[in-house]
Amino acid sequence: MEKTWNNKAWFMVLPVLVLVAFSAVIPLMTVVNYSVQDTFGNNEFFWAGTDWFTDVLHSDRFWDALTRNLIFSAIILAIEIPLGILIALNMPKKGLGVPVCLVLMSLPLLIPWNVVGTIWQVFGRVDIGLLGYTLAALGINYNYVNNVFDAWVTLIVMDIWHWTSLVVLLCYAGLVSIPDAYYQAAKIDGASRWSVFRYIQLPKMKRVLLIAFLLRFMDSFMIYTEPFVVTGGGPGNATTFLSIDLVKTAIGQFDLGPAAALSIIYFLIILLLSWIFYTVMTTSDAQK
Amino acid sequence: MNTATQLSGRNLSWIVPTLYILFLLLPIYWLVNMSFKTNTEITGTFSLYPHAPTLRNYAVIFTDPSWYKGYINSIIYVVMNTVISVSVALPAAYAFSRYRFLGDKHLFFWLLTNRMAPPAVFALPFFQLYSAFGLIDTHIAVALAHCLFNVPLAVWILEGFMSGVPKEIDETAYIDGYSFPRFFLRIYIPLIASGIGVAAFFNFMFSWVELLIARTLTTTDAKPIAAIMTRTVSASGMDWGVLAAAGVLTIIPGAIVIYFVRNYIAKGFALGRV
Repeated sequence: MEKTWNNKAWFMVLPVLVLVAFSAVIPLMTVVNYSVQDTFGNNEFFWAGTDWFTDVLHSDRFWDALTRNLIFSAIILAIEIPLGILIALNMPKKGLGVPVCLVLMSLPLLIPWNVVGTIWQVFGRVDIGLLGYTLAALGINYNYVNNVFDAWVTLIVMDIWHWTSLVVLLCYAGLVSIPDAYYQAAKIDGASRWSVFRYIQLPKMKRVLLIAFLLRFMDSFMIYTEPFVVTGGGPGNATTFLSIDLVKTAIGQFDLGPAAALSIIYFLIILLLSWIFYTVMTTSDAQK
Repeated sequence: MNTATQLSGRNLSWIVPTLYILFLLLPIYWLVNMSFKTNTEITGTFSLYPHAPTLRNYAVIFTDPSWYKGYINSIIYVVMNTVISVSVALPAAYAFSRYRFLGDKHLFFWLLTNRMAPPAVFALPFFQLYSAFGLIDTHIAVALAHCLFNVPLAVWILEGFMSGVPKEIDETAYIDGYSFPRFFLRIYIPLIASGIGVAAFFNFMFSWVELLIARTLTTTDAKPIAAIMTRTVSASGMDWGVLAAAGVLTIIPGAIVIYFVRNYIAKGFALGRV
């Protein structure tokens, strides 16, 4: 769409700007402030320069948490995106099935995150949970509290349970916007199921897939509440992701300097990765 | 006959969504099942359905103000946040979808970066900021704090919907002598009603499910239900039944909202660029 150049549009953006400045810029400046200072209590602060940043970047704890987080995000993206597409493709397009599917599938999205954690914590327990009990009855040695592998599987299955619906809803929205004439044309041309998907449905879903991919990446990279409730970061540190580590440092140990430095590094990583994804995907979009 | 369904292989395609929905409902069923059991039944025997159904767990919640106030608190700040987010996002989204102005693209990306900000980063500075204003333990504090990620999201969604409305409509209205506010309220907002529905839905959702910030900013008077739930651990052990009942009750407001916007979701997503 042709847009007119009009600097007065700034006035319309102003309320958003003020609000976001209040809720984002001021807190962020506090973080920056802490990250370059040291304190011995009594509200006395000393200039610490880049010491905290060097400390964080040289600590194994940070790199381990970062690696765990990246692996987690990669796994859930690799499962949720294809699975979401598959489910969206098979959803009914009209009739009573549509609202039923939409309502039931949206349910996990609207459950508070710690309740999601609670649901899976209970569900996986060997003594009182359906999943844990069934696995134990089948003779499978499953225990998400002590076993690293089981803890990871539980968290991944929980995330798939929690978030695949978002991918489904977005893909479905992309799919229903395809006019029926496209399919009829494909049918006349004798197009295979695969080429209909490859040349009609996938291009139409590209934009929503970008959104789904970005949202899922960002949220899985910031995951805190669910693993905190289910595993508490354990066994050992096996599921201590960046956010859990950060909250431990900031609120648990009250090490403001390192926590602030970690916050900034963390935020910058998310920004950088999201910007790369965004640019790569929009450029490939523009080339078409 | 719909050609799309014909192409996707007849009559078998329902299996995939059905299996998926079954997978979604199983853990929820288990929670509901537990919420109707006594603690002795939960820990003592393993049963697929409550053998001696009891409403005791729900009674505990509905008779104790410290429990049910949690629900009221959560709903108050979520609604406040949704109203604030959507109303400030509307003019901004209009500006982004209709005009080019100095720094518009940078501004848009900067807004989105706030959606990417990890709540864990903001928990502590938020606490200090709202303490300075004396707003700790008020609903408005949580509502404003949640604007951090909800306003950018609302702008993003609404901008998509607004770009789908042809610009000729604006121009025709101006020629017909409509002033901007009147045009915006009377003609434009009804046109993008589904977009507003979708944006409000997402804002409600992300504010309702967020706990880290909500818990940090509240102590008693505005404490969200999700934070109150952690109380069920007591000296005598875990009160599983009440925990399950409280969990079930947190699912209900979400379910109601989904039910109301179900047509908006189905139609709305398709209309906009989203």
